[in-house]
Amino acid sequence: MAAEPLTGSVLPEVADVYWRPRVDADRLRRTGRLWTLTTFAHVVPFLAAGAALVALQPIAAPVALVCLAHAWIIPELYAQRGANVVRPKPRAGGRAEQTALGLLGDLVDHRSRELHARTGLILEPGRLGQWLVGEAGALLVTDRGRRVVCWCVHVRDPDLPSADRIAHLLLALRADEQGFATVANLAFSGAPWRVRRRMPRAMRPALDEAVRSQPRVT
Amino acid sequence: MSKLVRMDQTGHTTLAEWRAEDPEAVERAVEAFRAELDRGYFAMVSTGPGHAEQVRELPVDADLVIMRLPISGG
Repeated sequence: MAAEPLTGSVLPEVADVYWRPRVDADRLRRTGRLWTLTTFAHVVPFLAAGAALVALQPIAAPVALVCLAHAWIIPELYAQRGANVVRPKPRAGGRAEQTALGLLGDLVDHRSRELHARTGLILEPGRLGQWLVGEAGALLVTDRGRRVVCWCVHVRDPDLPSADRIAHLLLALRADEQGFATVANLAFSGAPWRVRRRMPRAMRPALDEAVRSQPRVT
Repeated sequence: MSKLVRMDQTGHTTLAEWRAEDPEAVERAVEAFRAELDRGYFAMVSTGPGHAEQVRELPVDADLVIMRLPISGG
């Protein structure tokens, strides 16, 4: 996907993070590569150390197992952090939630409404990729469905109904997609399968749908 | 009938309703709109499927104007 300037208004919240460079497709791609490199940097030394230990001194196998565990746990913790951005919050329920759901439903099409009812996430096509918007974060499926970028972002009122929190994020995203990604905190970037298995089971179909919706050919 | 709504703890609250040809109703809507801006809300208008725009003046001909709070990372 080419990095092209997006027209339209700039999200006012971007001024609060003036030191951050504006996110675009190129920056996303570079960030993704950096995350992949970092993962390798975490995994490879532990694997190498484990293999070397066993090769040099087989009695050190338990220590090698600890190395293997580290090589497995660290990427898992990162993926967990990514999945956490869409973890559902406690809901007040009742009339406020129903009212908020009505407004959110008016903002999206039938497909997104149906997906939200099943998974709690709104699927929103963007120019950077397919977005899944939750109450306190969003996932961006990009790179032809091979990468998911997890963003931690929320509205500054924890007492809002769940659907209203999503609607806040959705409207901001629609107004300025790059600004939205700039304001949000990056929590994870990596393969969708790594995040998927850490997501609540009910939410996984939303990620599957976003991956399927990604164009396979650029 | 155009509507100005604010997303809040009740789901949403309708702050004003107006028709473009009713100047008094428009004036009331403009006052309500400015009051929300002063409270720190941002005004959003849908501009087509998947698109929204922030506005700083009440678009009298819009069907729905939604007031939202700022977002932040973290």
